[in-house]
Amino acid sequence: MSEPATNLPLSPRQIFWRRLRARRAAMAGGVILGLLYLTALLAGFVAPYHYETDDRDRFFHPPILPKLDGLRLVVPRWEQKEGQFIYAAIASDTKPLRFLVKGDKYKLFALIPCQTHLFSTGEKTHPIYLLGTDQFGRCVFSRILYGSQISLSIGLLGITLSFTFGMLNGGISGYFGGHVDTVIMRVCELIMSIPSLYLILALRNTFPSNISSTQAYAMIIVILSFIGWASMARVVRGMALSLRERQFVLAARALGATPWRIITRHILPSTFSYVIVAATLSVPYYILGEVVLSYLAVGIQEPQASWGNMLTAAQNTEHLRSYPWLLAPGAAIFITVLAFNFLGDGLRDAADTKSQ
Amino acid sequence: MGTFILKRLLHMIPILLGVSLLTFLLMSLTPGGYLQSLKQNPQISPETVEKLLAKFHLDQPWYVQYLHWLKNVATGDFGYSIQYKISATELIMARLWNTFLLSFFATVVAWCIAVPLGIWAAVNKDSLVDRACSLIAFVGLSIPEILLALLALMFAAATNWFPIGGAQGSLYDLMTPTERFWNRAHHLVLPVLVLAASSLAGIMRQMRSNLLDTLRADYVTAARAKGLSEGLVIYKHALRNAINPLLTIFGYSLAGLLSGAFIVENIMAWPGLGRLTIEAYTAKDSMLVVDSVVMATALLVVGNFVADVMLAWSDPRIRLKE
Repeated sequence: MSEPATNLPLSPRQIFWRRLRARRAAMAGGVILGLLYLTALLAGFVAPYHYETDDRDRFFHPPILPKLDGLRLVVPRWEQKEGQFIYAAIASDTKPLRFLVKGDKYKLFALIPCQTHLFSTGEKTHPIYLLGTDQFGRCVFSRILYGSQISLSIGLLGITLSFTFGMLNGGISGYFGGHVDTVIMRVCELIMSIPSLYLILALRNTFPSNISSTQAYAMIIVILSFIGWASMARVVRGMALSLRERQFVLAARALGATPWRIITRHILPSTFSYVIVAATLSVPYYILGEVVLSYLAVGIQEPQASWGNMLTAAQNTEHLRSYPWLLAPGAAIFITVLAFNFLGDGLRDAADTKSQ
Repeated sequence: MGTFILKRLLHMIPILLGVSLLTFLLMSLTPGGYLQSLKQNPQISPETVEKLLAKFHLDQPWYVQYLHWLKNVATGDFGYSIQYKISATELIMARLWNTFLLSFFATVVAWCIAVPLGIWAAVNKDSLVDRACSLIAFVGLSIPEILLALLALMFAAATNWFPIGGAQGSLYDLMTPTERFWNRAHHLVLPVLVLAASSLAGIMRQMRSNLLDTLRADYVTAARAKGLSEGLVIYKHALRNAINPLLTIFGYSLAGLLSGAFIVENIMAWPGLGRLTIEAYTAKDSMLVVDSVVMATALLVVGNFVADVMLAWSDPRIRLKE
């Protein structure tokens, strides 16, 4: 009787995977996020131009899409009307769109100097601006890709930092109880009782106003994590309170395990399924935090591209009406947040073993 | 009920003290110090600096400054704004009122749309309406306020139906009281709609799932079994019990609402506390930053108090437990 193991009960992880795979929205969210993170990683290669490259002949250029000519994609030349930011395509003068062409210099993975781009025309007279250009004639599509490196990584780093801190504090608070618990929970309450954007600004005030983009990047992560750990700590504390009475924890204690070991090895792993769902659903908070700070010109500074500071160009209503493609970073934010919400919702349903 | 309200009121005091202490501590960490930046600012006369120095003892350590600030604020005196050259109390109260108006109407609009929609979706579960509602809710939860506000501005500029930002027209001072009222109301429409749209989705989803939960309860089956009409079952029996958890959500959603108002104010030029905070930050007026953060927190704490009282009023289990 060598029946394959079909009758074996599934492990919790297998059940989880099955349930997750059955949710199309969650899988779609996961795939979109995978693609977004991949392009962010290869931003320099995928983007046809460098984020600082400005085309002084083409301010506020509308999006240029390649056209199909026979079996090739071609890009027409555009001409500017005298004295205005109005452009017209010249259908007869085209250049083919080529792949793996040499262009602006960049560093792949911030390390390897490189010049090859995924696609471009390679001609200065026939640029390809998929999402148009901004007020300095910079390619919006390329800047969105470079900006995604900042926005997407801030989400992950912020979550890692604040959730580690929040889980440790919550675990300590719930396990020990007493005065430690009171102090940690009062601090959480204090942080959570200030509307977060006001607190963000009060914290921003403690840093110098003119700091480099790298410093601003680190600062934003620290500020957002300083606020974000509190809600995590509160929930983990609640779980730790009930977990510390469970038999496996009592057994560990009887065997003489140190409190540190009990908290990190026995209590916290039991909260992981909740934590992972909560983390996925809170990444948008970090992305939006960066967007708001940079939009208000107190975060990532020009010429570095971030989704927030790109939206600052759309602040001007005149620009907004005439050049609506300046809102493209907003669409990028929307897609990212939507994908995280889809994935997080699916994870939550899949991890919820009570409902079938 | 009386003791419950009193307890909740007393609970607000340590929170406000803690928040003001925390923000004051943060302000004292300002690089170069507040006094230093005051002295270096060419827009501020030495007399003003002297005045502030005397009032808030800015040359003292931060905890001494805090005590003086606390003493002044307790008597309703927020000091003097360097940037606007008027009493900070007047300024903050005007801004607080604007933020309150914006948040209040946004809440009213959001609830008036979200609750009926949630009921409709729950009653017609898995119908086209329900699916459409849950899709809209998902989009609504994911669309950032910043994008929504910019789109609203674009809409205003394209149609000329609404003013582009601001809280009042340029000829406001020359208007009659009725005209002033309509002018203000006209300016309020778009910011309120943007802010309401962003909190609508969450409330709708919650309403739907609460009602679905209660519709599965035994007493609903019993009501149906004794032959009540479906309308009576839903509106008299199920709905009343589905509303309670929503009041808890109301308390939680206030913090998000104020943060949303912060964004809307800054993009749509609505002169509220959020905009004041940014302006004060840019003008390096740290004292005003502290004042606005504390006032925003006060607004949130009072909002949570109202939510708690409402919850206790509707649910005897809560008011008797305390």
